[in-house]
Amino acid sequence: MRLLEWQAKEIFREYGIPLPRGRVAKTPEEARNIAEEISGPVAVKAQIPVGGRGKAGGIRFAETPEEAWKVAGELLGSFVRGVEVKMVLVEEKLSIERELYLGVVVDRSSRAYTALATSEGGVEIEEVAARSPEKIIRMTIDPLEELRPHRARWMVKQIGLEGRRMLSAADILVKLYRLAVEMDAELTEINPLAVTPDGLMAADARLNIDDNALWRHRDLLERFGESELLDLTEREREARRLGLTYVELDGEIGIIGNGAGLTMATLDTVQLYGGRPANFLDLGGGAPAERVEVAVSFLLSDPRVRAIFINILGGITRCDEVARGIIAARERIGVDKPMVVRMIGTREEEGRRLLEEAGIHCLDSMEEAAERVVSLLGGD
Amino acid sequence: MVRFVDGETRVLVQGITGRQGRFHTKLMLEYGTRIVAGVTPGKGGESVEGVPVYDTVAEAMDRHRIDASIIFVPAPYAPDAVYEALDAGLDPIVVITEGIAVRDTMMFVAKARRSGVTIIGPNTPGVIKVGECKLGIMPASVFKRGRVGVISRSGTLTYEIADHISSIGLGESTCVGLGGDPITGLDFIDVLKWFEDDPETEAVVLIGEIGGDAEERAAEFIAEGGFTKPAVAYIAGRTAIPGKRMGHAGAIIQGERGTAKSKIEALEAAGVPVAEKPRDVAKLLKELLS
Repeated sequence: MRLLEWQAKEIFREYGIPLPRGRVAKTPEEARNIAEEISGPVAVKAQIPVGGRGKAGGIRFAETPEEAWKVAGELLGSFVRGVEVKMVLVEEKLSIERELYLGVVVDRSSRAYTALATSEGGVEIEEVAARSPEKIIRMTIDPLEELRPHRARWMVKQIGLEGRRMLSAADILVKLYRLAVEMDAELTEINPLAVTPDGLMAADARLNIDDNALWRHRDLLERFGESELLDLTEREREARRLGLTYVELDGEIGIIGNGAGLTMATLDTVQLYGGRPANFLDLGGGAPAERVEVAVSFLLSDPRVRAIFINILGGITRCDEVARGIIAARERIGVDKPMVVRMIGTREEEGRRLLEEAGIHCLDSMEEAAERVVSLLGGD
Repeated sequence: MVRFVDGETRVLVQGITGRQGRFHTKLMLEYGTRIVAGVTPGKGGESVEGVPVYDTVAEAMDRHRIDASIIFVPAPYAPDAVYEALDAGLDPIVVITEGIAVRDTMMFVAKARRSGVTIIGPNTPGVIKVGECKLGIMPASVFKRGRVGVISRSGTLTYEIADHISSIGLGESTCVGLGGDPITGLDFIDVLKWFEDDPETEAVVLIGEIGGDAEERAAEFIAEGGFTKPAVAYIAGRTAIPGKRMGHAGAIIQGERGTAKSKIEALEAAGVPVAEKPRDVAKLLKELLS
């Protein structure tokens, strides 16, 4: 779950990480009021859950409250990198001498949090990693230990900080690590960490929280509203409400599988035969007829979907349950789309019999079934 | 030191009285797995499929000789179950549970690796030594005893591929599910090392997916001569788009990293053929082994 900048900054503030003064606004009038409170030049920043917004015109500056009102009006309701701007963060404009970067991320290969620092702040860390990897200082933090201040000092010294600034950056890094651990961050970044005449400040803030840890952070969902936190399309939101594991893609063949790996392989195989998948939809293990019905109905009612491919390898999932769900969905929605079902495993015979009676033919091999569904749509 | 299972392994089921625990205890017993005890705090004194249930692992250890554990405990409580198994000295520990927070996994995996204990998972179908011991939730019907070792990040896709390997007559020796989470107890390299020394394994299949760089690191390990038996791979997620999680917590392309393309290129450069379709894995194996 990716938090918006203003949400991440509220949490950063609780950890004592220095931030520019400012607040979030939903209307141009609110933006003007905040600019008046700040009484000086401000930055007006689009609050969207995607990176690269600066280059895309999502960060504007204003000298006066009136100008803040004007640029906020231009940003609000506009689309930046394809996402509608519903809020802007109005902050004091910093006079920045240098831009640095500090981050803490889950590192899969070392199975631990890794702290990252670079003097090349203000651009995406991936870009720095590609261009000049030697400028990124990394330190793996033993999960059974903590980030000791002396190690944080060693790190920030490597990115060219001295004296009080070094002490301040090390203090910020220790706080950022504590925040990462306590908030179950997958990734948290200060980019840029601005060097200003008034000291170091987190000009931007990023915090992605591990979805599997959200049960520990219920208060956060209440505070910010779950729907605003989720970087999902309309259709994905609807699927989530229905309890489906669904990812929207831009093709025309609806795909349902059981198990994430098998479903992904199904998408790949369809594409290999020249088809374009409309989605990823994983039924998970042991889906009862009701869940299958919800899933199939969801795709039947999607106008983009022109044919459906259902690929089931029954272990704890029972083929007869799947068949019942498919038939119920067709009856309920009343829309008929070409359907190819590949089904093997537990209660295969019963499942096949039910489907054959309803006029749906079953195949044994996922490769053949993929080829079949693509050929059904062939010719355009 | 990686440790798996065989016909002698004596097993404890943690979370045995839950729906999943109960169901799979039955299936594992039918397969021949030697399940000697179960644990569910608060349910001590009951029994499941004839297996006695205890409140604590310590009590189970007092009354039985136990080697390994399999955990079906819900995500918020699963880490405590892992620590309980670690304290009792059980090895390996198979964590079936899906949805454990990454930070929790990070900590119990660090502790286990420090004490040299094998953790399989989390979010894994488990491990099976075909014909001897099934410590997991995989359907027994797709496996036939044979010569191919399987290492996978996915469940049903493993069954799909194992089914083909069985039906062309090669069969499997041991199959290990690494788990679908970003951090798991074992990675491909750990298991490749084990298969290198396993006399019953003549070739290995690596089933990977998008996310992380475990496949790339495995390719490097093979290229450097760390694994010398024939190997074949399949990578799921060629069609995945960056930033979207494809069902598994670990299956996500972040930035430029973790794409199917980078994994396929790395494996092929290491001399490991990568199948385009699941079905082709068995064909490639047959060519390599004939």
